[in-house]
Amino acid sequence: MVDARYSIAALVRGAITGHRSWPEAWRKPAPKPRYDVVIIGGGGHGLATAYYLAKLHGVTNVAVLEKGWIGGGNTGRNTTIVRSNYFLRDNAFFYEHALKLWEGLSQDLNFNVMFSPRGNIILAHDFGQAEGMTMRYNALRLNGIDGVRLSREEVQRRAPALDFSPNARFPIFGAVDQPRSGVARHDAVAWGYARAADRLGVDIIENCEVTGFDIKDGAVTGVQTSRGDIATGKVGIAVAGHSSEVARMAGLRLPIETHLLQAMVSEPVKPFLDTVVISPSLHVYVSQTDKGEVLMGGALDGYNSYSQRGTWPTVEDVVSSAVGMIPRLKSLRLMRTWGGVMDMSMDGSPIIAKTPVERLYLNGGWCYGGFKATPGSGWVFAHTIANDAPHSLNEAFSLERFRSGRLLSERGAGNYPHYH
Amino acid sequence: MLLIPCPVCGERPEDEFGFGGDATVQPPVTDSASGQAEVDIDGFADYLYLRENPKGRHTELWVHRYGCRRWLVVERDTVTHELYSSRLAAGEGGE
Amino acid sequence: MTGSARRIEGAGLHPGADEVRFQFDGRAYRGQAGDSLASALIANNVRVVARSFKYHRPRGITGIGPEEATGLLAIERATGDEPNTRATTVELYEGLSARGQNAWPSVNFDLSAWLNLASPLFPVGFYYKTFMAPAGAWMFYEHLIRRVAGLGTVPEAVDTEHYTSTHAHTDVLIAGGGAAGLSAALAAGRSGARVILVDENPWLGLGLLGEDARIDGERASDWAANAIAALSVMDNVRILTRTTVAGRYEHGFVILCEKVREAPAGRDDPSPRWRLWKVRAGRVVLATGAIERPLVFANNDRPGVMTASAAAGYLLRHGVLPGSRIVVATENDSGHAAGAHLAQAGAQVTVLDRRDTGTAIAAEAGATVEWSSGVLDIKGARGVRAARAATPKGERWLDCDLVAMAGGWSPALHLYAHTGGKPVWDEARGMFVPGVSEDGVICVGASNGSFDLADVLRQGHEAGLAGGSGATSPAPNVEGARSEKASAAFANLSDAGGKAFVDLQGDVTVADLSLAVREGYRSIEHVKRYTTLGMGTDQGKLGNVNGVRAIAEARGEDVSAIGTTRFRPPYVPLPMGAVAAHQSPDLRHPMRRTAAHDLHEEAGCVWLHAGAWLRPQFYRQGTETDLEAVNREVMAVRENVSIVDVSTLGKIEMAGPDCIEFLNRIYTNGWSTLKIGMGRYGIMLREDGMVFDDGVTMRLAEDHYVMSTTSGGAGAVYEWMTRLLETRWSDLRVVLTPVTEQWFAAALAGPKARDVLARVCDGLDVSNEGLPFMAGRVGTIAGIPARIFRISFSGELSYEINVPADRGAELWQALLEAGAPENMEPYGLESMGVLRLEKGHFVIGREAEGRTNPDDIGLGRMVSSKKWFIGKEALGLPEMTVPNRRQLVGVVPVDPSQRIPYSAHLVLPDRPDEIGGAQGWIASLAYSPTLGHDIALALLEGGHDRIGEALIASAPIAGKKTPVTVVAPHFYDHEGSRQIG
Repeated sequence: MVDARYSIAALVRGAITGHRSWPEAWRKPAPKPRYDVVIIGGGGHGLATAYYLAKLHGVTNVAVLEKGWIGGGNTGRNTTIVRSNYFLRDNAFFYEHALKLWEGLSQDLNFNVMFSPRGNIILAHDFGQAEGMTMRYNALRLNGIDGVRLSREEVQRRAPALDFSPNARFPIFGAVDQPRSGVARHDAVAWGYARAADRLGVDIIENCEVTGFDIKDGAVTGVQTSRGDIATGKVGIAVAGHSSEVARMAGLRLPIETHLLQAMVSEPVKPFLDTVVISPSLHVYVSQTDKGEVLMGGALDGYNSYSQRGTWPTVEDVVSSAVGMIPRLKSLRLMRTWGGVMDMSMDGSPIIAKTPVERLYLNGGWCYGGFKATPGSGWVFAHTIANDAPHSLNEAFSLERFRSGRLLSERGAGNYPHYH
Repeated sequence: MLLIPCPVCGERPEDEFGFGGDATVQPPVTDSASGQAEVDIDGFADYLYLRENPKGRHTELWVHRYGCRRWLVVERDTVTHELYSSRLAAGEGGE
Repeated sequence: MTGSARRIEGAGLHPGADEVRFQFDGRAYRGQAGDSLASALIANNVRVVARSFKYHRPRGITGIGPEEATGLLAIERATGDEPNTRATTVELYEGLSARGQNAWPSVNFDLSAWLNLASPLFPVGFYYKTFMAPAGAWMFYEHLIRRVAGLGTVPEAVDTEHYTSTHAHTDVLIAGGGAAGLSAALAAGRSGARVILVDENPWLGLGLLGEDARIDGERASDWAANAIAALSVMDNVRILTRTTVAGRYEHGFVILCEKVREAPAGRDDPSPRWRLWKVRAGRVVLATGAIERPLVFANNDRPGVMTASAAAGYLLRHGVLPGSRIVVATENDSGHAAGAHLAQAGAQVTVLDRRDTGTAIAAEAGATVEWSSGVLDIKGARGVRAARAATPKGERWLDCDLVAMAGGWSPALHLYAHTGGKPVWDEARGMFVPGVSEDGVICVGASNGSFDLADVLRQGHEAGLAGGSGATSPAPNVEGARSEKASAAFANLSDAGGKAFVDLQGDVTVADLSLAVREGYRSIEHVKRYTTLGMGTDQGKLGNVNGVRAIAEARGEDVSAIGTTRFRPPYVPLPMGAVAAHQSPDLRHPMRRTAAHDLHEEAGCVWLHAGAWLRPQFYRQGTETDLEAVNREVMAVRENVSIVDVSTLGKIEMAGPDCIEFLNRIYTNGWSTLKIGMGRYGIMLREDGMVFDDGVTMRLAEDHYVMSTTSGGAGAVYEWMTRLLETRWSDLRVVLTPVTEQWFAAALAGPKARDVLARVCDGLDVSNEGLPFMAGRVGTIAGIPARIFRISFSGELSYEINVPADRGAELWQALLEAGAPENMEPYGLESMGVLRLEKGHFVIGREAEGRTNPDDIGLGRMVSSKKWFIGKEALGLPEMTVPNRRQLVGVVPVDPSQRIPYSAHLVLPDRPDEIGGAQGWIASLAYSPTLGHDIALALLEGGHDRIGEALIASAPIAGKKTPVTVVAPHFYDHEGSRQIG
């Protein structure tokens, strides 16, 4: 095999040879009749799981089965935010583990995922909000995670484009920030993990839809797919957005509803916003991509949907809130809107766990947290599959919690997924 | 933007409504004044948290929040958003 | 004659129109009325108007409409340059000033042009392969890359233009006013249906410009003019020009964006610049036409290379001949038609057709036609100077100043696909055509892949008829239409040498696409994302199909196996000011004010945003500090008397014989013994057992009750109760009416409250016996109809007086006057918070924060074991009774002179900094003037069993730690003797 390591030197060599010698980032193998582990879902989570299974647990006879093209679900549709500012201890430790993996991910994968720790500034519009946010960020600090409070003046220095008028409906009182948080290039995460997993021997099989499970004596023994039956020792499901549909084939009902989340971008302009800004009161978050587009997101459309396309009221809400927060956006144009389908769990936290079917494992219920969790999710899911037992980091993300009542509700919103 | 037929007000745009989730889940014990019957606690937890979450036809509750404020049971496709039926949850009316 | 260089006398829609002066990059030019900025620039022979995104190559105008990918300029407006504006869609106005962008110092001489030379170092996706070392270096590189990327610059000043939006309903919405759209509109309009006909151009019927067939016996252009005239007098037809159909959604919902005005408004001109239309249409006819594709050859991005339809369009619409020596490269008859127009206007035209035969119209018009020929390369970095022709006789350079490309047509399927419609590849016609359409949506004419005029008109006519129920009319009849010869089979794109662009804006070449495929990015979506194909402001309108073909070639598969990327709204970039029109935060989130707002303001209150409400925080006197003011107000309640505005509390009227049963089901405590004239406090749970809301319900009469809820919960509680009544308990005879806004409420509190109330009670017995604690009366106060409830949140003797909202200010004034002998003054929300904290009352959202069950906040005694209620089952879940639940406790500083920090958590004294060692947090904190030290309520793990324990209140961000003692969660008058006396 050619030395396919990416580097500036390799690019210079490529320039001389007309870039003819770059190998495939990942192979296009046909499915083998049997694997030790089959991962359903070629998004960031499934690919990361395969990578860590091979790299950390020595399990290399692994297939990742993807119905369409890898990274085509929420991995490639999100607003790319990476942070670990969670209040509940179990969430905080898990997402912080993910953030630490993010910090070295490009080097680990030898693929630039463009992790850009530019901060996530969450605006407080009055003293009470600032106090509440500071309480949450003090929790971060006590859990060993970074978090700071910003004065109004500090916010103005970091994001001068915001509306600092005292007469604003939601005046800017101050903010909190997690300085190590930021954004990353979403597609690159799927490609980087795919390439790295492939080099460790993992088969990534696209256009391969799972149509059923083979279950004997309560244990999974194989999957049926659009490309034939595959026998396997273990199966991990990582298809957030469609977890209920896949789990149903194994006879499981899940504490999950599928909802639609939209995102949208303006036309590209030169840099004017160097951080991510979030207003909880306006329910909008805004950042600027490296290409220059202003990337905006907000609330769920509000009702169960698998449609992967959004409804107008949300567009209006997100755009008007973004313009309200950053008035100069008024003279930009909205270029593209799109939607992704979210696995909204009943308590707002993920499920990374064993299931009632032996050797069938579930990774889902990500709500909005999926992208930022990707490395951590794959890391603990690989551990869970390899050891048939969760790691301490994901022990709390069980299915049993929906029987015991030990829920992980960041917002305390109750069993209404569309309120999380 | 969906157009939801309200049996009281006629077809109205979705932003007049609030969503109430799956209309088919039922608590395992009948609500009653005494309620002293032994509760199947697992069954109740499943009622609280488990959902069919179908990709396709879904029977769901909506409230006409900025209209007549009545609760509706609506059948809708979660992929195409085609609306099949709508009726008042309390029973009268419907179409 | 203006913009004289390329203007043809007598040609165009508006020959001899008035002169219009404008500027580009500081130089003055002249155009004429009816010009677009693009036509005016072309007329003045301005060729380089922009620099490309990645390589900063000089770019000119490529198209003539919204498909434009290269001619993006900054347009000067009052508040700064509007970036990324397509010159093709800007109507010229007097004084217009445009600038090139993404270049320095100018588009003609751009210092970043070295990027083009260095391009071998930047193959597609190069940034994924480098900038990785050392860890963290990306932020440095990213900073540089971001500055190179982007196109224009967003102005610093806020746009002061006026934007508006409106709604409309229609039977038929027709997108596109070309031949198909006009035919549809005529049919629908004559049938009596309500019609909205939309076209993005300033004029309808542009699709018939230059058409030489006859329709209903008339010249096509006359037929169009007559059709437009007929439509414009139909009352049931609304014509919207300069309007784009931007997005199509489910159930006939369509977003239009109308450009009401291009030029800046004059003084006193109140007109908006943009108007967003939100339309509900019974039926949507998509007559959106087709977009001509460029051809792919080396340097096909040079200024002066444009689509053939654009070249002919500038002539036919604006009388501008964009070149004098023109090479038309074509694979179909429409290139000849364009060549014929250009030749007739006097250009020297050479048509190179890849086919071996085809129409003769260009030749008949005087063009040189070479069959089995094409263009290989272009000379002229800042404007085409020559085209390399490949002909059966060999290759040669043809001197020329314009290359017109006719690469076939792509139906504009964007709107069709917005709701999930899937375009299907038609190999025979070489285009994606609509697949299955949902009900109520139909593609007609070119957007349906139909280019035969008779077909186009018939399809439009039938689609228009289907929208109405009235009279029908016959379809237009066509004579003399040319039948289109089939296009050539596609050329092999990978044969194109040099930099052959597929996406002109993103600088994506054929080589880039094949490299991406070679690297394993095979899916169209992978290629798009890896190369940025189709991700520019044109969203691939020009380059999409060529890109798909290049990928198919690289993969060695059919185009049908590749498919397209997904078309997403909006069809063209939508001004965000128009989307946000009438949607500013203060309109979307209206601030709620109570009926006594002005009186509070006059009294000098400090305002507080409390949820949606604006409420007095406290009333400062003189030079008081905040704390001094609050202390004074608190002590006034404890020792004297004071009033507070509590109008924000939710109020729900309940009526019907089953109200008691209903209350028993929704509250945890029992209600069966509630007497008329008495109230009771209750907490309600969610079904998952967590505390949801609380408040007092008063029984006013046998079947009449009024429930109060928290301020924030008013809406949710009402909706929850109606949900239960309608979905589960429709047998209960209970009627609910939310009345929060109908009432004003003030609480009169303090040891002297009864004395003050007695002065205005209009004879009502307010003695302790006549109006005991938790009693409620209906009567008048100060002559105002009122409900008087003797309830207390402060812990003092207290009366909540409710009057109709429109008499709230009157009541407030009357109470203040009645309290004058006591020097009574009002108190605010902050002081109310201190008073309740001293009493240890929990608040929904702070102590009861969605993860708190009744026992956690010490209200286990309020949970009846004798009856069922909502949430009862969940209280039996295993986790509900584990010992380490977070439970409500009080917290005081060990040293009373120390302050407890805000936003603190509770940690163990021996391990204050242990990671993950926090035991709980402080939910509410205040200085108690009554006790003379800080008091707090906290949620502490296993807190009920930890009374007396020493902990540290730690706020790491502020760097503060205070030793505290855990105490019972009530600090003052625990027995409640003060409120009942």
